Amino acid sequence: MRAFDYIELRIPAKPQYVSVMRLTISGLATRVGFSYDQIEDMKIAVSEAITNVVQHAYNDGEDGDIVIGSALYSDKIEVMISDCGNSFNFEVVRANIGPYHENDNVERLREGGLGLFLMETLMDEVRFNNDGGVTVFMTKYVNREQVGEDVESVST
Amino acid sequence: MNVNVQFREDGEIIKGFIEGEVDTYTAPLLRDELDTIRIFEGVLIELDLSQVNYMDSTGLGIFVAFYKKVLKQNGNLKLVALSSRLTRLFEITGLSELMDIESNKRVKTINESI
Repeated sequence: MRAFDYIELRIPAKPQYVSVMRLTISGLATRVGFSYDQIEDMKIAVSEAITNVVQHAYNDGEDGDIVIGSALYSDKIEVMISDCGNSFNFEVVRANIGPYHENDNVERLREGGLGLFLMETLMDEVRFNNDGGVTVFMTKYVNREQVGEDVESVST
Repeated sequence: MNVNVQFREDGEIIKGFIEGEVDTYTAPLLRDELDTIRIFEGVLIELDLSQVNYMDSTGLGIFVAFYKKVLKQNGNLKLVALSSRLTRLFEITGLSELMDIESNKRVKTINESI
């Protein structure tokens, strides 16, 4: 059995779907057991990443898609946001994520102002891969100080 | 999923109440609403953000642009009744050092909905 549940969603690169995606991530993060503040931080980071793609797609006048993949572990969540328009093999893409490089695509993201800064500040790890589109790869760990090992998920 | 803005002019003070979510979808509406404010020398514009339940860098960008516009015309801008979440956003970006903001610990957390 895999150590994580994987959920992938594809949305058109349009501003009206950014809030739908951050609320989806919020729901998934609740399942993992994140605190309210951690979830709110994650909502901002995910919105920043998706907004970057949406604004870029609009600047170029393209009708692209955004693929958002989330891997839910017992103690962390990994979120990938890709503008390549193709579904990806999560484990293959994850293996290809290298250390952070200040390349052209990152420069493009940085033009968004505070977006990248917020992503890096609010998530535990943020990495980029520009192999055939931009993939943002973000990880956040559940705060062990707040949630004990023996706490069970609350079903709603 | 929307943003509403209402203004009340009271002599040299213009009070604005902003409600809803500020992201890339609603930002143009907020910017247009703020652009309707008549700025004059000595004016105090006070924006109440207590009902803003989501904001990201798109919203920060709009408030920074508006702040610069108000300062240029010798007016004053104050953001008031910020929730702890919004206060945090202004603090980690360093904007709380530049802008006049007032947080309100009594502001109840409101959850965002679609």
